[in-house]
Amino acid sequence: MKQKKAAPAWPKGIYEVLAAQNVRQVAYVPDAGHSQLIRMCQKSSSMATISLTTEEEGIPMLAGAWLGGDRGVLLMQSSGVGNCINLFSLVQECRFPLLMLVTMRGQWGEFNPWQVWMGVETRPVLERCGVVCYDVDEPDRVVETVAAASNLVFNSYRSVAVLIGQRVLGTKNFAK
Amino acid sequence: MATKSKIVLERRKVVARILKDRGTALVVPGLGAPTWDTAAAGDHPLTFQMWGAMGGTAMIALGLALAQPKRRVLALPGDGDMLMGLGSLATIGTQGPSNLVVAVIDNERYGETGMQETHTALGVDLEGIARAAGFRQTATVYTEKDLEAAMPLFYEVKGPVFVNIKVTTNPVPNVLPPRDGAWLKHRFRQALLGDKAFE
Repeated sequence: MKQKKAAPAWPKGIYEVLAAQNVRQVAYVPDAGHSQLIRMCQKSSSMATISLTTEEEGIPMLAGAWLGGDRGVLLMQSSGVGNCINLFSLVQECRFPLLMLVTMRGQWGEFNPWQVWMGVETRPVLERCGVVCYDVDEPDRVVETVAAASNLVFNSYRSVAVLIGQRVLGTKNFAK
Repeated sequence: MATKSKIVLERRKVVARILKDRGTALVVPGLGAPTWDTAAAGDHPLTFQMWGAMGGTAMIALGLALAQPKRRVLALPGDGDMLMGLGSLATIGTQGPSNLVVAVIDNERYGETGMQETHTALGVDLEGIARAAGFRQTATVYTEKDLEAAMPLFYEVKGPVFVNIKVTTNPVPNVLPPRDGAWLKHRFRQALLGDKAFE
């Protein structure tokens, strides 16, 4: 049985971190886990929100943003990580800062078997591509983790992914 | 599909002609031949040359155009690069940046891998795709006269603009720009942002 729960507090906390970091370009492929955050960014007067046809587009877009003096963030689901792999070469060769907030599928009690492979491989794939990964599995730790990741990205010019686990998001279940 | 015309334009002359009027524009050539074309026209700190990232050229230009709304931003992908990132045309169409121009240097071939045909050799009309994706101004250029007529599209007309430029497959000598990516990034940012590039 699915019970209606109050909206979690951490999406607003992430929004406040991004605003404080002066993030101006928010690229995303629509995702349930990020829906609250995306709506807040869309209402912001200081942020442009860019809906992508594939996560891969977000990597060069945020490189271009940085070339032009803007900070950005890429919001996606773990299944989108695989779409980005070749373009990580641009990030690593040029050492572009890259902040990715990834909502996980396919790990904690996943219902859909087709999500499992990419979910299980998300972290190893990112690490093989030179991306620093921060896991977060507790709602109370999401905001501080995103803040720490943002500092590493924009002050140390690194690529960092925050992997927001299904224990935070709840596991999607089609069987009602 | 576009009516086929004889292809006569030489890529080096085309790119040199376009860049002659660049003024303060920011230029992003795609990997391979377009990058060599811009190098042949004269290396420039506000040209971000690429040695990889195939499929990403138009999106780099979009991020740059959103960050620098007062500057003209010119992407110069090859046809293979553009075909690999067709979805980015839809994304640019939805954003509608008025300062962005995507001009494809279309020789209908994958040049770096042995001149195999791309889909544009087989009838795919990139201008038609861009128009349908929501670009405000579009053109396909076959002749020098077409190119001169299209010049206002590059630097004056309200965008997003898409221009497909058909060029020959005649061989041209390689002219290679610097290839260290981090250095090219720093050079570009310092030229554009000054000391703020290193804050």
